[in-house]
Amino acid sequence: MDFTSFLIQLLNSVQYGFLLFLVASGLTLVFGIMGIINLAHGAFYMFGAYIVWWLFGFTESLTLSILFGVPLIMLLGLAIERLAIAHLYQRDHLYQVLLTFGMILVLNECQKIFWGTDFYSVPVPEVLSGSIPLTENQVYPIYRVFISIVCMLIAAGMYLLIQKTRLGMTIRAGASNREMVQALGVNINWVFAVVFSLGAGLAGFAGMIGAPVSSVYPGMGDQILIISFVVVVIGGIGSIKGAFIGAMLIGLADTFGKVLVPDFASMAVYATMAVILLWRPQGLFGQSAH
Amino acid sequence: MFRTSLTTNLILICLLVVLAALPPFLGIYYGNMVTRLMILGIFAMSLDLLIGFTGLVSFGHAAFFGLSGYILGIVMMDTETASIYWVLPACLGVTALASLVIGWFSVRTSGIYFIMITLAFAQMLFYFFNENTALGGSDGMFIFAKPTLAIGSWNPIDFEDHHTFYYVVLVSLILSYLGLRRLLNAPFGQVIQGIRTNEDRTRALGFATRRYKLVSFIIAGTLAGFAGFLEAMHTSIISPAHLGWHESGNVMMTVILGGIGTLHGPVLGAFAFGFLHDWLQDVTEHPTLYMGIFVIAVVLFLPRGIAGLPADIARWLRRKPPGDGGSPP
Amino acid sequence: MSEPILTTVRLGKQFGALRAVFGVSLEFEPGVVHAIIGPNGAGKTTLINLLSGNLPPSDGSIHYRGQDITGLSPDRISQLGVGRSFQKTNIFPTFTCFENCWLAAQSRRPSSMRFFRPARRLVDVEARALNALETCGLGERRDTVAAEMSYGEQRQLEIGMMLATEPDLLLLDEPLAGMGSEEATQVIGLLRRLAEEHTLILIEHDMDAVFAIADLITVMVNGEVLKTGSVEQIRNSAEVQQAYLGVEEDEA
Repeated sequence: MDFTSFLIQLLNSVQYGFLLFLVASGLTLVFGIMGIINLAHGAFYMFGAYIVWWLFGFTESLTLSILFGVPLIMLLGLAIERLAIAHLYQRDHLYQVLLTFGMILVLNECQKIFWGTDFYSVPVPEVLSGSIPLTENQVYPIYRVFISIVCMLIAAGMYLLIQKTRLGMTIRAGASNREMVQALGVNINWVFAVVFSLGAGLAGFAGMIGAPVSSVYPGMGDQILIISFVVVVIGGIGSIKGAFIGAMLIGLADTFGKVLVPDFASMAVYATMAVILLWRPQGLFGQSAH
Repeated sequence: MFRTSLTTNLILICLLVVLAALPPFLGIYYGNMVTRLMILGIFAMSLDLLIGFTGLVSFGHAAFFGLSGYILGIVMMDTETASIYWVLPACLGVTALASLVIGWFSVRTSGIYFIMITLAFAQMLFYFFNENTALGGSDGMFIFAKPTLAIGSWNPIDFEDHHTFYYVVLVSLILSYLGLRRLLNAPFGQVIQGIRTNEDRTRALGFATRRYKLVSFIIAGTLAGFAGFLEAMHTSIISPAHLGWHESGNVMMTVILGGIGTLHGPVLGAFAFGFLHDWLQDVTEHPTLYMGIFVIAVVLFLPRGIAGLPADIARWLRRKPPGDGGSPP
Repeated sequence: MSEPILTTVRLGKQFGALRAVFGVSLEFEPGVVHAIIGPNGAGKTTLINLLSGNLPPSDGSIHYRGQDITGLSPDRISQLGVGRSFQKTNIFPTFTCFENCWLAAQSRRPSSMRFFRPARRLVDVEARALNALETCGLGERRDTVAAEMSYGEQRQLEIGMMLATEPDLLLLDEPLAGMGSEEATQVIGLLRRLAEEHTLILIEHDMDAVFAIADLITVMVNGEVLKTGSVEQIRNSAEVQQAYLGVEEDEA
């Protein structure tokens, strides 16, 4: 592999890693703070992609579609949290897995009923459709760089939100000690609803901004869900920092796996996970049992 | 601890008699369906050993079910006939080895980690077969011939015959059930039930709990492999979907629907699940949608499953109807 | 003097910046009831957790009958003959009393990796379980599900389970916690009887009980040993009064 191809793959890894991070960060927050294992998280990613495709039909603009789409996804998340997830806080993980599994069946079927089983594509916005020339015959699409930059800004925003704001403080406190937060007079139900809706919004946004690159198809939510689980496990449950590192590692493993061992690229991801868990069973930044 | 009441045992024996007497009345479609549901019953029982009796929520149990089928497929790929005397041990051996490796990693963790790690390992196997073009990739492979029980020219049981195979599966189901019962009442079974109830205390009593969890994981995985072997024999096809996480979710659902930690419940669950799905396919265009709603409803309203239903109903009947006032004497 | 059954050498446990236990060097004589007392947060339960293997120590070492057991897992330590009861009731709530003690007794079999023969046919285990039930005073409650019993009875069961493992050394973490006076009297009687055949290391807040049962008392403050001595020595020590009993009075 020459340097330019290496650079291209590296950029691809980073871009994929950032998208994964947006999905996985919601997942890990919901685990860490609410103690909920949410299999339906991937569905938000999928619905994000479909909604942006559907809105694009009216608005003809990716930006507008995303602006309208994100609140829709957040509302969907809020509704699901209030109607179903809220009943699960005191229940065993087993029931959380099952209920959200049932929800996947429902949401995937709804997707088929609303939008059918065809593959759709969303065009890259005019301004971002160009490419950056790397060598005489190798170019890199601007839009992919754009995705990375936007995701980076969101990641930075999230960092500020969690580290510097009052809401972030409550979220962090809730993750480490739920009773304490309640004792301080914060309505924990409200915090949970916000966190869940925020997580849904992030996953949905990832689906939207990624739609022009990945295209829009049934089952896209399941695929990203499982990979996000791997990211969360690698990073350590509840750790945003861990989710970031994990997402980047998986981005690298997947992208370079596809180039170096094309037949078993998907396995490369899981092999990465196995190695890391062998070394640290609770993930890179997870709290150990003691 | 695992106990069954006399009533439960009597009901189970009655159901067994019905299953044994049923084949002449079933026809090919329903005969095959009941055969398949009995196989899924074995599969679900094996998961109940983990979830219901050891307290290990495995979300990758289908891996062993499918892996065993693939081994059968690979063995039968280039051969017309093969003897079951070595094919079955090969299938179970590979499955046991896989559950040893996966279990070794997984039992180091607990809670959410255990759920996700078992899921991730199952996905790893899924992709291994899904991307392996020599084994048919995502389409899977046909199993053109079944291994036989023949010794020389003498073949006591012909697996190709639908009726015969029905009874082979029925006997397998009964033996699996009785074997697991035996296991649960043996010293080993006492320890894993202790682990499910209170792992820390079990360790404090002097049991190396991780070893027991691993062995339970291997037994459950191997039994799932046995079910997968029967399934592949039955349908003559094996595909990555058999290992996928939807399959793992379905079998988990079967266990809950039937009644977790009851052993016979998961078999009931397999039947309820199977007939419901069959019926939904007839009456609606979107069976999956209603299946999903059903799953959600079971989790919210029937956490003790079908096997717990008689107790739930009894408790409900003992309550006086509202308006009557007062609590029961 | 006989060889100590358990020795700790400069034992320490650090949680982040917190020194929960520090420089604890103690010798526990066989057949002696050795109580460990001290104000809340003195590190008593942490010390028990170190001795039973539930926590790995950060410093120092532990020796049981001359063998270094530092860092062994709880199951290994239990198998050597060290039984423990927990401060927070730690039983199998869905099991009957008999089943609770059964599992404890079964742990003394060479291996429980037995998959076929019914466990109930192991007569030696049954005898040990029943014996433990009788000793802890729950012989009548044999088939009662543990969760349905009173708190005091559950505490008794906790001790019964420990006995069913036939330990030589008992680590008791506040066996009287939360008990009514009648139940407490019963358990004190039980501990007295146990003391005849076992070595006891006892953490307890009830001073009357400690003074009644203990042969030796160690006072811990802020994770360190303040003083070890006989009941009389401790009762009359000005140092102890000030550091420990005084604190109690202030709180009251």
